[in-house]
Parts: sequence; structure tokens; C-alpha cells
Amino acid sequence: MAETKIKRKVTDTIDSVIITLFRIFDNKVYRYTFLFAAAAFLIVLPNLSSRFTQEIMTNLFFYVVVCLGLNIIVGYAGLLHLGYAAFFAVGAYTTGILSSRMGMDFWLTIPFSVFAAVLAGLAIGFPTLRLRGDYLAIVTLGFGEITRLTIRNLDITGGAVGLIGIQRPVLFGITLNQISHFYYMFFILAILAIFVSYRLHDSRMGRSWEYIREDEDAAAAMGINVTTSRLYAFVIGSSFGAVAGSFFAAKMTAISPDSFMFIHSVMFLMAVVLGGMGKIPGVVLGCIIVVLIPEISRDIGQYRLLIFAVMLLIIMLYRPQGIWPDRPTISAKE
Amino acid sequence: MALHEILLQQLFNGLLIGSFYGLVAIGYSMVYGIIKLLNFAHGDIYMIGAFCGLIFLTIAAPVIGAGWPSLIVGLLISMTLVGLLGVVIQRVAYRPMLKAPRLSILITALAVSMILYNTVMILSAGRYRVFPAEVGTESFFIGTLRFTETRIILIVAAFTLMFILHMFITRTMYGKAMRAIALDRDTCQLMGIDVYKIIAITFFVGSALAAAAGIMAGVYYGTIHFFMGFLIGLKAFTAAVIGGIGIIPGAMLGGLLLGLLEAFGTQIPFIGTVWKDVFSFAFLILFLIFKPNGLLGRAESERM
Amino acid sequence: MALLEIKDLTLRFGGLCAVNALSLEIEDGSIRSLIGPNGAGKTCVFNCLTGFYKPSEGEMLFQGTSLVNKKPHYITYLGLARTFQNLRLFKEMTVLENVMSGMHCRTNAAFLTTVLRTKGQKAEEKHIREVSEECLDFVGILDKKNYMARNLPYGDQRRVEWARALATQPKLLLLDEPAAGLNKDEKARLIKLMHRIRDERSITIFLIEHDMGLVMKISEKIFVIDYGVKIAEGTAQEVRDNPKVVEAYLGKEEEEESA
Ligand SMILES: Nc1ncnc2c1ncn2[C@@H]1O[C@H](COP(=O)(O)OP(=O)(O)OP(=O)(O)O)[C@@H](O)[C@H]1O
Ligand SMILES: [Mg+2]
Repeated sequence: MAETKIKRKVTDTIDSVIITLFRIFDNKVYRYTFLFAAAAFLIVLPNLSSRFTQEIMTNLFFYVVVCLGLNIIVGYAGLLHLGYAAFFAVGAYTTGILSSRMGMDFWLTIPFSVFAAVLAGLAIGFPTLRLRGDYLAIVTLGFGEITRLTIRNLDITGGAVGLIGIQRPVLFGITLNQISHFYYMFFILAILAIFVSYRLHDSRMGRSWEYIREDEDAAAAMGINVTTSRLYAFVIGSSFGAVAGSFFAAKMTAISPDSFMFIHSVMFLMAVVLGGMGKIPGVVLGCIIVVLIPEISRDIGQYRLLIFAVMLLIIMLYRPQGIWPDRPTISAKE
Repeated sequence: MALHEILLQQLFNGLLIGSFYGLVAIGYSMVYGIIKLLNFAHGDIYMIGAFCGLIFLTIAAPVIGAGWPSLIVGLLISMTLVGLLGVVIQRVAYRPMLKAPRLSILITALAVSMILYNTVMILSAGRYRVFPAEVGTESFFIGTLRFTETRIILIVAAFTLMFILHMFITRTMYGKAMRAIALDRDTCQLMGIDVYKIIAITFFVGSALAAAAGIMAGVYYGTIHFFMGFLIGLKAFTAAVIGGIGIIPGAMLGGLLLGLLEAFGTQIPFIGTVWKDVFSFAFLILFLIFKPNGLLGRAESERM
Repeated sequence: MALLEIKDLTLRFGGLCAVNALSLEIEDGSIRSLIGPNGAGKTCVFNCLTGFYKPSEGEMLFQGTSLVNKKPHYITYLGLARTFQNLRLFKEMTVLENVMSGMHCRTNAAFLTTVLRTKGQKAEEKHIREVSEECLDFVGILDKKNYMARNLPYGDQRRVEWARALATQPKLLLLDEPAAGLNKDEKARLIKLMHRIRDERSITIFLIEHDMGLVMKISEKIFVIDYGVKIAEGTAQEVRDNPKVVEAYLGKEEEEESA
């Protein structure tokens, strides 16, 4: 009993701190000051830190992009996606093949990669989004495995070895090959992903996903095309993953099927759910947890997944809204 | 070998693999039927069953050997332990989530699956382990077809278990209660059925059967691995869907069909073993799209 | 031509015939009621009309367009809005957001315009907000627009449902037991509101109701169904005097005796 009381007290304290922060952030001046300060810090960080720190931060930005994409599908539209790594692979391999085999310029490969992801998203989403929700989880899981096994067994994808010799992007005459270059590139991508996520959330489209998540039948009765709305979420989310995949390929210059396993899909999902699905700061927080915890203590190594899985279970049981709290609501009593 | 002999051999292989799928699929189907939960952790339960058998045999071998008698004891003990594990998981992780949104309980199941297989991964150091059963490798011929004693015993055991389950479901009140709960949990509660007890029994039975399949797979393949539950989990789910999820004879039928399909599929030159899994998953997806209610299921009209 | 025409509508669930060869017409600008004992199949009729159930047989014409095999969202788009017998609000969203859902089918901002936040998109968002607030004002709960829907008292939640249905800008409004759970005052206000909906917004109303007093007061014409079959139709007076109706509600005399 005493234990639960303490637990309650701790979570309440955290919540009240964050809710106070919400209140402060509702003031535009404070909000922009903070955001500028944070951005300024992240911009100068590469000059102050080691390569190692930059690698980790680049990885964090990369996670933010991918997880915000997955968040559109899982958090906004409420669809459980267990094969997200496949869409990420679609992007990476489209860029990889076009760049290493046909010598196409990196920037030109991006539209192709998005196009491929949209096609794949439609092909999977269109027939299955009408089915029961939990069937979609299995279909995406199956699709993830099919994609991985296919790229493992085809010649054009380089089989189990993968692709090498993917060209570096060139921007304003500079070849991007330093870790700091990629740091900034993924930083910009992460900002873009956050921006697009916000705009989508506060819009007709974002609301339609929320309606469907709350009550599918009522949403349909209000004139919302449930299948189309979900398909939008699925395709937009997949495109995020594909773009991240393209940049990932350019950063690594070599990709292999080992980067697109089921376990990667699960890690992305964990980041989305731990912080708080559907909430942008929550997802960013989730990414920080998933990326930084294993780095802070190298000993964790093999226990990493187990720890995250236990956290995931505890979150689902005791705090399904995620670590990040929901906004306070107005009730009739107030 | 002549073509018809190859086909007969594959028929036998298909039935054997299919009966493993069937045993695991039953658990999926029962749980889905009663609480509409897609239990991602079920494949891992199968894997835990195999490891349980391994531990028992390792301990028991010096005392009573590792032959059939000791295997049978090990099977029964593992089935009981793993069945109880299923009940505990149900109590700790799923029961508090029964009223939560579908997405939450699915993620919970995923978390349980990750916990189970990561724990075994750490304990087994992530390596393949030899399953220490010492069973006959003698084979005999019928015509030119080769059979091993082990395979025959395994297939008989699998069918026996399915038969016992079938009797249990059709001849006891339990089966009736289970169907009633599947239809309307709240009303059952009002009618004085101990809903939670029935759900717990369902998890016990489903997990025990999966454990049995795990041990049999250990005997059959000779090695076991912490990740062995992932693939069979997916395939057993496919089997459950093929038969019509929630329908227990459907799960058995689906398992056998899928086993046969794979056995014959690998004989098609283009597919071979490389594309075998791609073939199964593609089949699963197409099946879900075109026949989501399965072979034995009926289209349901969802109540508003 | 009638606004809505139902011909030989039949709906079966396995052996159960929930709606049986039902035919009726709703004239433009009228208020019509559908009554019947519990389980008579009234809600099923609405579910067929709005595309949630697929009729086994029969035809439903709305302004001459068939509603058979149409999806619910498209039927709403055509101009048929509904409320639910047991409230189906978006509970974790604000009252205003609930009502804004109704404007979805009358607007069309898509991905690019949303991300770029074009002038057109901003104007559309403003329009959605204004129309929704106007609907809330119409039903009288504009002051509660920022409340979470689940935090409202029951009567107010009902009004959110009406506002939400009005926001879809329907021509025909289907109300499933709108007075259930309301007190006397609220019922009186409901009657006034229904008249205002019809007169000020020229929306035709088709309602299911158990409160006979209310039904008799408001509707010019009443349809009575029992076991999915239409057993009577006419004015309040005619229906009340129809022996079949009395029998459906009170049971046959012999049955009562034998019971
Ligand atoms: N999806 C369904 N599957 C099977 N039977 C159904 C379904 N929906 C409704 N029914 C049955 O159809 C019959 C009519 O139901 P309906 O809900 O239309 O009644 P109602 O007239 O609205 O009753 P009430 O006044 O209680 O709301 C009932 O016997 C009900 O059990
Ligand atoms: Mg009704």
C-alpha cells in the first residue's frame, strides 16, 4: 500500500512539473525563447563535442524522424504496425540501387524512394485496412519479413551481403562525408518531421484520425471515410520511413538486410509507445530513452531489449498514455 | 524415387510439421476466440516449452535416462509448468487490460513476447542448444518409403493430444462456457459463470499444448533456439486464420493444411527452401485479405 | 417526390428477420416518427439507411438515389445524418472538436495544403470552426465548447450529438430515441428544438421514440412496426385507435389470460 502511495506521489510530482511546464509553454514568448535556445545549443554542439557524441546525436535525430513517421500510423491513426523497418528498407534500397548500380545523384533518388514507399504502402494498406485491426499487425509483420527475405535473396539487392558503394550526397559543391555533415542533415530532417507532424496533428486530417481512433462507427456516421483516412496515415507514415531510409543509405554508403529486421521494427515501436504515442514531445522523449540508455551504460548491452520490454509492459499496465502526460482537461465541475 | 513416392514422403512430412503448427495454432485460436486477443507471446510459450523439456532431460538423464519414458514424464511436467506460466502471464499482463483499447493489449502482448524471448536469450547465451533426447534413429521401409520410429511416435502423440483436447471441449461444461464467454463476457458474468477462471483454463490448455509442440520439435529437429518461437508463432497464426480463428477444429485443420502446403511447396522448383517462408507469408496475407473468416468461419455481422 | 422512399426493406440475421418487407415514405419538410415495442427492429431500419447494415432485400431511395450498398460516410455526404441510441460521442475530445467532425465531409484540405498551411486551408479551418460554433449555439451549449465531451452531463452530451449531426448539413435527420433519459424540461426544449430545425433549417426529421406523449405532439405522421413488420401508419389519433397497435404494445388478450 505504502509503496503504491509513493509511486503515485512520484508520478504526480512528475506530472505537475510537466503540467507547469505546459502552462509556461502556453506563453509564446517563453516557448520561442526555449525553442531557440535549444536549437542554438544543438547547432553549436558539433563544435564542442567528440565524434562519438555526434554519432549518438545523429542516431537520435534519425530515430526521431523514423519514429515520428511510425507515430502517424500508430499514434495518430491507431494502427499497430509491426513491419515498419520494411518501409525504411524500401527507401534505403531504392536509393542504394539507384545510386550504386545506376550512378544516380542522391537527391534525385529521394522522389523515387518516396514513390516506392507510397506504392508499397498502398499495396499493403489498401486491401488490409478494411480488415480487423489486429489482422493489420500480422499483415505488416508478414510484409516486413517478406521484404527482408526478398532483399536477402535477390541479386539486385546484393543478397545477404547487401549493397556497397552508395554515393555520398553533394550539397553546394561540398561532398557530405563528415559525421558533422550528417549531424546537421539529420537535425534538419528531424525538425522537418516535427514540423510536418504538428501541422498534420492540428488539421482536418489529424482530427479525422483522432475521431476514428475514438469511435470508428461514429466517425463513419459523421461522414469520414475511414478506409481512406487510414490509408493516408499509412502512406504518409511509410514515406517518412522511406526518406529516413534514403538518408541512412547515404550516410552508411553500405547497407545489408541485417539493418531491417523485425527487432528494428520493435525498437521503433517501443520508442513511440514509451514516450507517449500520438504526442510529439512524447515520441521525442521515447527516442531519447531508446537511443541514450544503451549508450550511457555500455554494460547494459545484452539486457537492453529486456529492459525496454519490461518498461513497455509497465507502461501499458500502469500508464498507457506513456511517460509524457496528457494535457489537463476542463471538466464541468471547474 | 518415383514421383508418387516423393509425394507420399512429403505427405508424411507435411502431416508431421502440420501437427506441430496445429498444436500451437489451437492456443492462438482459443485465446482469440475467448478474449479477442492476438497473443503474440504464444510462439515464445512454445519455445519455453522446448527449453523446459531440455532442462528436465538434462536433470533426469543420469537417473532415468533420456529415452521415451523419460520424455513422456518430461512432456507432462513441462506442459503443466508452461501451462501455469500461461496462466500467470494472463493474470499479470492481460487481465488488467481486458477493457483497455485493442491497441494497448496488442502492445502488451508484444511486450510479454519480448520479455520471454530476451530472458531465454540471455540465459541460453543466444546459442543453439542440442536437445538431449536419446530416441531411436532406426528406420524401416514400407515399399521404398522410409519411416523413422521417432517420427511415427511424434505424429501419434500430436494427434492424441488433439483428440484429448477435442474431447475436453466437446464433452465438458468448459467448452460450452468458453463459447458463451466468447459471445458475451458481461452477460456470462451476470449469469454466474466464473469468467476469469474459464479464461485462465483457456490459457493453461493453450500454453500446455504449445509446450508439448515445443518439446516434440526439439526431439524432431535435435536443436532448439531462443528465436524458434517467432517463425512458428507466425505460421501457427496463419494456420488459425486458415481454419477460422476462434474455431478449434479449424486450427487443427489449418495447421495440417499449412504443413502440407509447405511440404509440397518446397518441391516446386522455383520456390525451393529459399523462398519457402516468403511463400508462407504471402499466402498468409492473401488469405487474410480474401478469406478473413477462414475455411470454417462464417461472416459475422458486427453489432452496432 | 418523397425525400426518402423505402421499398420492401428486409434485413435478416441468420434465421431472425429483424426488418420484414418494410415500405414507407418520408416527405420533404415533414416530421415523421417510427415507433414499436422493444426489439421491433427500429434501430435496424436506421442502420440500414445509414449503411451500417446491409439489407438482405429491398430498395432505399434518397432523393431518387439508391442507398443500397453505399458506405456510411457517403450516405452522410448525400445528406442523411443520424444520432445514436446510446450516445457515441468522441469522449476524449472537446465539445467543439466533436462538432467539427460533422464538417469533415463538407471540406477537403489534404496533405500538401495542410503541411504548407495555405491561405485556402486556413480559411477552411476558420469556416469549420465558425459553422461548428454556430451549430453549438443553435442547440444552446456554445459556452461549453472547450469542455471534454465525457465531462458533460448527460443532457448536454445529447445536445452535442445533435449539433454534430447538424454540422454535416443534412437534408434528413435520423434521431434514434432523442428523448431517452431526458427530464421534462429538457423534453420540452427538445420539441422546440426539433421544430426550429425543421422550420429554420428546412431539415426533414425522422425519429424513433418510445415517449408516446412526445411522439404524438411532434409528428404529423407515425409508422408503427412490430417484429420488423409495419402494422400501422397514420396520424397520432389513427394510430392510437388501431387495435393492432394496442395489441402489439399490450399483447393479445388470450395471451395475457394464458400467461
Ligand atoms: N447485428 C445483429 N446481429 C444479430 N441480431 C441483431 C443485430 N442487430 C440487431 N439484432 C436483433 O434485431 C432485432 C431488432 O433490433 P433493434 O435494435 O432494431 O430493435 P429496436 O426496435 O431498436 O429496439 P429498442 O427499442 O430496444 O431500441 C433484435 O431482436 C436484435 O436482437
Ligand atoms: Mg433501438
